[in-house]
Amino acid sequence: MHELSIAQSLVDAVAEAATQAGAQRVAAVHLRLGALAGVEKEALLFCYDVATRGTPLEGSALIIEDVPLVITCEACGARSAIPINRGFACPACGKLHTRIVQGKELEIASIEVEVETPEEVADVEDTPA
Amino acid sequence: MLKTRLLELRQGVLSKNDQIAERLRERFHSEGVLALNFVSAPGSGKTMLLERVLERLLRDGHRVAVLAGDLETDNDAQRLARTGALVHQIQTHGACHLEAEWVQQHIAEARWDLSDIEFLFIENVGNLVCPSSYDLGEDLRVVLISVTEGEDKPLKYPVLFNSADVAVITKIDLVEAVECDLELMKRNIRAVRPDMRIFETSAKRDIGIQPFVDFLIEERKQRFTFC
Repeated sequence: MHELSIAQSLVDAVAEAATQAGAQRVAAVHLRLGALAGVEKEALLFCYDVATRGTPLEGSALIIEDVPLVITCEACGARSAIPINRGFACPACGKLHTRIVQGKELEIASIEVEVETPEEVADVEDTPA
Repeated sequence: MLKTRLLELRQGVLSKNDQIAERLRERFHSEGVLALNFVSAPGSGKTMLLERVLERLLRDGHRVAVLAGDLETDNDAQRLARTGALVHQIQTHGACHLEAEWVQQHIAEARWDLSDIEFLFIENVGNLVCPSSYDLGEDLRVVLISVTEGEDKPLKYPVLFNSADVAVITKIDLVEAVECDLELMKRNIRAVRPDMRIFETSAKRDIGIQPFVDFLIEERKQRFTFC
């Protein structure tokens, strides 16, 4: 099981991006997970809780978008979503001249962070004593 | 006051590993090293195949190094070192795969002069799941499958088989004993990786090793004609 390693890499990458953005805390992480990424979703969710402890991501939500495996056929041109465990032959014509167009994603799409906004700070300063 | 903001990242989770792997690949290429990442289930015969391959390459005067990944022991590294190749052990202490950073560290630790190496074999940890996500800077990923493992293994582990460039079927001397349908196994490999190059070998009986060695030499020649 390598989901803990994956979760740690995820936490490191998100924490770095959050720090660069001047964020105090991460509220949510949106992840795109391909069917052929080789990562078990439930295991990753479990490991995420462990890996985020003591980091700016602690208590944040990991929101996973499942990306199905999609192939295009170079013989007949069909584009098909297929299960990962029955081979990658084209369901339309049966030929094996196919190319994977999506399904390998293991990508951080976006993160929701909590930041101290400059406007708000200015408002506070403008308030008469 | 705290405000929630959405930041678009569109960044690979393993982008750090991939960056290190890319730098390694550039280094290997500038030094004329053909790097190979050997992956398979435990017991498929990675070490014995490597022994036979190393012996032949060394016999023909090629310069060869091996990074041997192993969970807890240095048994494989010791076996491989007996061939006379440069061998360095990566003990993963339970980790189920190798990462590019460790390859980088261990190459530094081994103090190898890469310009004096033609073939670098990275023997990954025996595992058909976890190594598939990690690029190690290799030119070719070689997946091994023994005839004792069942013809449908490629369909059960499509992620790894799809990520490989070359398949080596091992222990073909046992085909009849285990009633393996070799043609079906090859069809299943090509079902998950249609253009896969397949070799059939038996390291124990020394069958089919030379065509695989010739293939490696040719692959290197094609990439580094200047050497």
